[in-house]
Amino acid sequence: MRAGVLSKIWAVFRKDLLIELRTKDSLNAMLFFGIVVLVVFHFALAGADDSIRSMVPGVLWAAFAFSGTLGLNRIFAVEKENNCLEGLLMVPLDRGVIYVGKMLAVTVFMLVAELIIFVFCLVFFNLTVWKEIPCLALIFFLGTLGFAAAGTLLSAISINTRMRETLLPLILFPVVLPVLVNAVEATNMVLNGVSEGGLKLPLTILSVFTIIFATISYLLFEYVLED
Amino acid sequence: MDQKRQSTFDAILGVLVLVGMIAALYMAFLQAPQEKTMGDLQRIFYFHVPSAMMGILAFSVNFAASLMFVIKKDRRWDNLALSAGEIGVMFISMVLITGPIWAKPVWFVWWTWSPRLTSSLILWMLYVAYLLIRAYVPDPDRRAMVSAVFGIVAFVDAPIVWFSIRWWRDIHPSPMLETGGLSSAMRPAFYACVAAFLVLFLYVIRRRYFLESTRYEVELLERKVGA
Repeated sequence: MRAGVLSKIWAVFRKDLLIELRTKDSLNAMLFFGIVVLVVFHFALAGADDSIRSMVPGVLWAAFAFSGTLGLNRIFAVEKENNCLEGLLMVPLDRGVIYVGKMLAVTVFMLVAELIIFVFCLVFFNLTVWKEIPCLALIFFLGTLGFAAAGTLLSAISINTRMRETLLPLILFPVVLPVLVNAVEATNMVLNGVSEGGLKLPLTILSVFTIIFATISYLLFEYVLED
Repeated sequence: MDQKRQSTFDAILGVLVLVGMIAALYMAFLQAPQEKTMGDLQRIFYFHVPSAMMGILAFSVNFAASLMFVIKKDRRWDNLALSAGEIGVMFISMVLITGPIWAKPVWFVWWTWSPRLTSSLILWMLYVAYLLIRAYVPDPDRRAMVSAVFGIVAFVDAPIVWFSIRWWRDIHPSPMLETGGLSSAMRPAFYACVAAFLVLFLYVIRRRYFLESTRYEVELLERKVGA
């Protein structure tokens, strides 16, 4: 029974991954937008050149969040074309399984985009990081998982409204604020040399947020899709 | 209760609001003693804190009604959730307006990003997002379900927002009733204001609920005629 659920999640996840690998629509948009955001912030913060290292965590997570919003919008917009969503709903699947599959797919898309945006960030802002990489990877992973956990549910809500993609950022950012606050705090601690013990609090809050939102989204997802 | 008795009850409640508000104004401006350091400025506290309390009460009602709607799928719960959501936004707006009016002469700034202020602002944004979702879903049954899900998400999110920014230094006066900091001479005025605001809350939510159920009745009649 358990293995059955996992293989169903895998099927939904694999489907979205395959679509993405063949079209590369989301990833191209996410990546390019992330880089555009970095450039915009460079000019927006032009006066703050000497303290740029303290700005980087915020700039980085703003780029991740904005590019992630594009990915979240696409994950259900894809299903809207040719009424794919109705087909997906006809499959005898627990609706929560669709949520988990899509949430994991968004997480993977975001992590791939983040990796490349991060490299651009290092180049643009002249940063050198080597020993900080394991810590940063953990923060990026937990932050992205939390962002996707809440974002996937809210994307399913916004795609079914009259405003479609326009609504998502408006309802998403207030909800994921704890993710952004803690991810930026944690990234700041790592990049600006605070002892690693201090990381425990933001990482715990990120994990708690992810667990709570994954659970309520799993339970409530069927009501959002219901037609 | 039949309609006639309900409207009599509302009329009495309306008179109570009027009397209560006049009494609250008298207590806050004339009966309560002048504060030692802040002078008359402190008197805004008698309206600021009760507004915050009623805002939180309204959001709790919104959460309970949203939950009941998801379970029972009875539109009357949705009518209650909407009424409470709107009124909550109104009360928290009053908090966000009275706060800076007090803060400018006392803290010398209109706004500061302390946890209590930030959390109130995010709380307000979450429920404005709730109202936005309602505005963009044309079908009433779907609107009810989708907004109920978001109502649950928002209410679960609020404490995480609070905890995740709590470690920042807080300059907001801590709740005075818990610490016993509110002088006993000021308590009657404070309690009078809380009571007056509670009656106001009951009155407004009843009227708003009545309006929404009338709309619902019209909608049902229209469906009957259409069918």
